[in-house]
Amino acid sequence: MGNWFINEGPSVFVILVWLAINAYLFVNAYLFYNEGIRFHYSRQIYGEALAWARAPAACLNFNCMLILLPVCRNLLSFLRGSSVCCGRNIRRQLDRNLTFHKMVAWMIALHTTIHTAAHLFNVERCVDARAEANGTIQAVLSDLEDKEGETYLNFVRSKVQNPTGGLNVAFTFLAGLTGVVITLALILIITSSTETIRRSYFEVFWFTHHLFIVFFIGLVIHGVGLIVRGQTEKSLGEHNITLCTDFTLWGRNSTCPKPQFAGNAPVTWKWVLGPMILYVLERLLRFWRSNQKVVVTKVVTHPFKTYEIQMKKKGFKMEVGQYIFVQCPAVSHLEWHPFTLTSAPEEDYFSIHIRIVGDWTEGLFKACGCDKTEFQEAWKLPKIAVDGPFGTASEDVFSYEVAVLVGAGIGVTPFASILKSVWYKYCSNVDTLRLKKIYFYWLCRDTHAFEWFADLLQSVETQLQERNNADFLSYNIYLTGWDESQATHFTVHHDQEKDVITGLKQKTLYGRPNWENEFKNIASAHPSSRVGVFLCGPESLAETLSKQSIGNSSADPRGVHFIFNKENF
Amino acid sequence: MGRIEWAMWANEQALASGLILLAGGIVAVAGQFKKWEFAAYAVAAGVFICLLEYPRGRRKKGSTLERCGQRFMTPVVKLFGPLTRNYYVRAVLHAALAVPGGWLLSTVLGTVCLGIASLIYLVAAICGEEWQPIEAKPQEKPRIAETIKRPPENPPPRPPPEVRKKAADEGAVSGAYDNPFPVVE
Repeated sequence: MGNWFINEGPSVFVILVWLAINAYLFVNAYLFYNEGIRFHYSRQIYGEALAWARAPAACLNFNCMLILLPVCRNLLSFLRGSSVCCGRNIRRQLDRNLTFHKMVAWMIALHTTIHTAAHLFNVERCVDARAEANGTIQAVLSDLEDKEGETYLNFVRSKVQNPTGGLNVAFTFLAGLTGVVITLALILIITSSTETIRRSYFEVFWFTHHLFIVFFIGLVIHGVGLIVRGQTEKSLGEHNITLCTDFTLWGRNSTCPKPQFAGNAPVTWKWVLGPMILYVLERLLRFWRSNQKVVVTKVVTHPFKTYEIQMKKKGFKMEVGQYIFVQCPAVSHLEWHPFTLTSAPEEDYFSIHIRIVGDWTEGLFKACGCDKTEFQEAWKLPKIAVDGPFGTASEDVFSYEVAVLVGAGIGVTPFASILKSVWYKYCSNVDTLRLKKIYFYWLCRDTHAFEWFADLLQSVETQLQERNNADFLSYNIYLTGWDESQATHFTVHHDQEKDVITGLKQKTLYGRPNWENEFKNIASAHPSSRVGVFLCGPESLAETLSKQSIGNSSADPRGVHFIFNKENF
Repeated sequence: MGRIEWAMWANEQALASGLILLAGGIVAVAGQFKKWEFAAYAVAAGVFICLLEYPRGRRKKGSTLERCGQRFMTPVVKLFGPLTRNYYVRAVLHAALAVPGGWLLSTVLGTVCLGIASLIYLVAAICGEEWQPIEAKPQEKPRIAETIKRPPENPPPRPPPEVRKKAADEGAVSGAYDNPFPVVE
């Protein structure tokens, strides 16, 4: 529970605050329109649908303001950098930006539905009041401004009946037309961003999402027509609605002159202008970044369809566990792909490891000339643009005496950077380094993923042996899935000095680790220490580790304590 | 990433259009708007489109994410054969279904959405795509049974694996050791 609160509490808090603001805006606008005296006559025509249309509109303003912020990744990165004082739990919320973006998007969809449905009623009623009503208060209100010196309440002026009258409203009024257009834009954006489309046909998703430009322009001018109207302040003073209930007498005597109406000033632009400017700046910054010079210093091909690109860029500063966006004009002008940095901050270059899994990664592989056997000249390497780094640094590792790092499958990538960095810190100054021992667990379902990372582990292993400090890092690799032919292969090679899969001195273990035993062993090896447990992997494993961390911590405050951290890479 | 399969987007768009048509229809029927008979049609058409589009087609390459519970509907849609398989048919069908919704403001949004879906389906059809049902793969039989049936043909001591591998490559069946007794299954 404690861990859950530390990890999830701030997220839940942010969401609750967001929901509360939505609820407040909704109720506030609803009451304003449904009980406000200014809209007494408006309600005679519109009924309750007026408030039902205006309440979601208020929420739409708020959510449309929010929707752009989580996708300004440079802005988030800046905030992250400048909010060091706020602690990492606050900062980590910034890493859930896309989840928040999606939630805001669904909220916009919900409010759009309510808003549109309510306006369907409004249009129907306005057209009916104008075209058909006779002798009722609706008819009298709708006929205002037919004579001079009056101001209209019902924006429908033509007497064409429904349903044609309603269609005329949608396609001849600015509000109607922009409403239809931006709703369409929203629908297209949503249908093209479902999981299947986003993952499989990224281009469709990416291009359709740019309809947001149409959406925001339409949104800002949607209310410019001022067609939702209320009684003016001046008119309220002259024409008391409680005294002037008999509408047939309006304008006949001095106590009840005809009521005057005016439209509400549009406010949407006040909400969305700021984020729009920020987003434009963001795109300009990205454009500028993509023109910055990045020098590819080295391209290394690793076994099993993996290659490593080492790069340098002026003013590039990274922290462990961060990621960058990479674009290669030679492959695609539009696609930016995120990669975890695998180099340590101490190194004078930054590197990424790329596995060939799709067209883009393969295109980059070819562009770098990795498919050719001979040595490639540096100037032949393609131009690469880099945006970033982004993400929260996982520097907490260094604040514990003992660290247990658990990576599952591809979740191991952030640990590459951490291990390297630990290594550099260890080499430069052993005494100041608080961290005395690292247990590294790596669980993998198939042998493929082992290959490139094993390379890195191998180099750390040899370096540690050279320094006679092999026990600083203890690592355990678990293969959790294999087939029969592999099994025989393993048994045959069991006695060799190096492991058959990873080529490491440490033997690969088969099956899942017995966490109970592992934790017990660590606890007995390090009495009275604070042990940081770091996981980058699936939720079920997180539960297991969290339980073990709590179960194996001693009650004595001076005893061993496991502190569980789930990373959100 | 590969080639874009337009039908996947068309499917999402058509399903959304069906829902929007349905919602618009319900609003107009509930409000008893003028000419709500068109809205009643929109409700029926919306439901039909949702049923037709709910089972996602199989992607040509890679795995396809199934919609929750679509496996019950896939066989029904499959039943109509070429009518549901061919995307030209869908493009024309959706275009035709969309038209009556255009007479009523409540359903006009659904009409336009469905029109767009129809256009995307047309693109898909021109690209030569077809609707293929996602069907459960035949489950692999557990392999243990096989190995139990067949006792090892080459009793120990066996040659080291390098030699064995080499022998297999050369096509030598007999191997290093001749079994005096024929192994009977």
